Amino acid sequence: MQPSWYRDIVFLFKRLASPVRLQAMSSLIVYYAHPAHHYSHANKEMATVAAAADGVTFVDLYGEYPRFEIDADIEQQRLTDHDVVLLQFPMFWYSTPSILKEWQDLVLEHGFAYGSGGDKLEGKRMMIAVSGAGPEDAYTPGGYQHYPVRDFLRPLEQTARLCGMQFAAPYVLYDALKAPADGRLASHVESYKQLLLAIRDDQYDWDVADGCDVVQFGALPIKEGGQ
Amino acid sequence: MDGILLVAFLFLVAGVIAVPIASRLGLGSVLGYLLAGIALSPILASLHVDVISIQHMAEFGVVMMLFLVGLELEPSMLWAMRHRLLGLGGLQVSITTAAVTAIAMAFGQPWSIALAIGLVFALSSTAIVLQTLNEKGLMRCDGGQASFSVLLFQDIAVIPMLAFIPLLALPELQELIATASSAGDDGHASLSLVDRLAGWQRALVTVGAIAFVVVAGSYLTRPIFRFIAMAKLRELFTAAALLLVIAIALLMVLVGLSPALGTFLAGVVLANSEYRHELESDIDPFKGLLLGLFFITVGAAIRFDLLVANLGNIVGMTLGLITLKALILYVLARVFKITGADRWLFTLGLAQAGEFGFVLLSFTVANGVIPTAIAEQLLLVVALSMLLTPGLFILYEKVIAPRFVSAQEKEADEIDESGKIIIAGLGRFGGVVNRMLSAAGYKTVVLDYQSEQLEMMRSFGVKAFFGDAMRPDLLHAAGIDEAEILVVAIDDEDSATELVHYVSHNHPNVHIVARAINRHHVYELYSAGAQDIIRETFDSSVRAGRYALEALGVHPYDAERQVRGFVKNDQAQMVGLASSYDPAVPVHENEEYVRRSKEYTARHAEVMKGNSARFGNRLGRGWVPPTIEDLEAEVAKDADED
Repeated sequence: MQPSWYRDIVFLFKRLASPVRLQAMSSLIVYYAHPAHHYSHANKEMATVAAAADGVTFVDLYGEYPRFEIDADIEQQRLTDHDVVLLQFPMFWYSTPSILKEWQDLVLEHGFAYGSGGDKLEGKRMMIAVSGAGPEDAYTPGGYQHYPVRDFLRPLEQTARLCGMQFAAPYVLYDALKAPADGRLASHVESYKQLLLAIRDDQYDWDVADGCDVVQFGALPIKEGGQ
Repeated sequence: MDGILLVAFLFLVAGVIAVPIASRLGLGSVLGYLLAGIALSPILASLHVDVISIQHMAEFGVVMMLFLVGLELEPSMLWAMRHRLLGLGGLQVSITTAAVTAIAMAFGQPWSIALAIGLVFALSSTAIVLQTLNEKGLMRCDGGQASFSVLLFQDIAVIPMLAFIPLLALPELQELIATASSAGDDGHASLSLVDRLAGWQRALVTVGAIAFVVVAGSYLTRPIFRFIAMAKLRELFTAAALLLVIAIALLMVLVGLSPALGTFLAGVVLANSEYRHELESDIDPFKGLLLGLFFITVGAAIRFDLLVANLGNIVGMTLGLITLKALILYVLARVFKITGADRWLFTLGLAQAGEFGFVLLSFTVANGVIPTAIAEQLLLVVALSMLLTPGLFILYEKVIAPRFVSAQEKEADEIDESGKIIIAGLGRFGGVVNRMLSAAGYKTVVLDYQSEQLEMMRSFGVKAFFGDAMRPDLLHAAGIDEAEILVVAIDDEDSATELVHYVSHNHPNVHIVARAINRHHVYELYSAGAQDIIRETFDSSVRAGRYALEALGVHPYDAERQVRGFVKNDQAQMVGLASSYDPAVPVHENEEYVRRSKEYTARHAEVMKGNSARFGNRLGRGWVPPTIEDLEAEVAKDADED
């Protein structure tokens, strides 16, 4: 194990070596998982925005690993190189699309992400950007989805916790299938872009977000002076 | 000429009738041949056939057998068994010799005769024991290995014995021989080049001859065999193999060494060669026939008049000898920690006297060591003990081995060689398969008949052997009997089908993975019995198609699913057409096949153009989102329930 000052120095040098971005503080990686990209409404547009965001690493898991042959070494290096890991996916059966589970199973190894010597993710943040098919009121004890979205994401939340990562309030789009028609999608996508840039520029107020169950467009805790 | 044909006819008829019957009765081939010989002996006697001279010729079978044994033994293996070879073998020969000598002296024989008898009886029968062990699959177990070590030591020990025996000669017998003409002279002596040389010269020539066999075997055989392989004539290779064995045997005789030892040595030298399996399968039939002939002559040479006259005496001596040898073997097995059923196999298997006993006896008589009258009785003892050996093996197999079943099974696991794989054809296709399996840690045996390619492969450490995989005997030598998997990757379409057909019918336990040249070949391989059939260019073509889709901007995962859909469709089509395919009817004359094939092609075109709803559905199924109406219905239902 390396002493903490060593990590700080390495961090500093990496910062100095990266392209000049005056406010840059946090490095962000977005993992996108959608098995039927061409059927997607919300996620496709969100992915387009994320892929285009300057200074944000974007990975299309189904595009990069169409035969599920996930390279754990590459993925671990990617996680090591970034401070914030954002997983973007549509909710399928109250869980992630299958490749994201495969990714977790292979990449979050013992000795890397958890267990003895598994401290490589410590202090990093995990955030989820998820779209659900049901309207917001469906995700209530009285609604047909019965549980809040945050509850369905508990396995990921606990995964983050076990890896020493901080789990941030997820960015949620409810009623995603109707969103293009009623104009919410445009706001959601635009807000997604703001979110990514704010995280990149360290203008996202994590503390405020921690007080929320989920965050949505129109009410993102972005600090003054941010976008 | 007629005489030779008649004798050959008699031997063959006796063997062909007696051996299958003996095998069916579980007696083993050796006893079958011996019984055939006994049955034949009155006829041969009435025809005045010289059985003994035929036997001398047939002894060459033993020489060939040792060559084959050598081929199976890599030098490193031989080195690994040196302790047993010298310890077990050396003690068996010396203790048995001493014990027999002592007993013979106790019966009033002078020490020189007694010692000669001891040497004759110390030897066991390589021919019977190895043949039986191989036949019963006991060669690899501990008892079999120990037996082999002792037999090998004995075969080597014969050489110094032949040098030593003349020193025991009795003066009065020598005079007798001197007065008689040298008509009965042994063939070995008459050919020798070294008789007139001084001791040191003799030693020099001997060492030189052995060095020549080793050096020539290592460096000369490969270019020679490659040269012969260029002719692409199968029988030429057989001729070359025979020439090799006979030449070495002749060289050994010329310098006064045992031909069996020489060919064994040559076999060991060639054990690492790519021509090993080819040599094995070429020599094997000759060995089998000559050994069979040898056993028949042993049976035929038993002089029943003498046996009947001295029945009690000879039977008593035979049983006494077997008991004595078994006792010594048992004690040695205990000392060398051979346990369980293996100890009994070792004890009972080697308790007889052997064919080298015949050689030594005729040699002792020729050199005036043992009087003819005694020698003739001893000859009967040797023959009778050999005749009883198959019975001892049956005793082992039926009575003793079953008691150790659990122990045997445990050992079988140790011997097991993690699944043997034979790859026929080491071209671009078989080469990749071989590389993959080897990388995964499996042992493969590779067969090909392209000499140049093999040498290249061997330089990369691949276990590759020269030979035509179409030959059943070569497949046998490569170990098809124990193989789990055969990969057929030979280029010729019809040969591949034929090979699959042969193996699936004769070795139904072997899983066959076969390369098909095209769609029709798939059907042929399927009806021939291959389990896994791979079209040689299909997978790579599909991948090329996928790359093209990706280059067109299709999302890689969509492209992947297109490919999966295409492959699935294509396989379904192939299975669908298989029932219409008839190997007896050319495709273009098979109306049903042509009609259905057209049907599939038309449907396929629709699918590829995207006009088929079903295919599109299958591709997207599972990720097609519900419509807004679906959602509203869901919410409505939910409201109703509340």
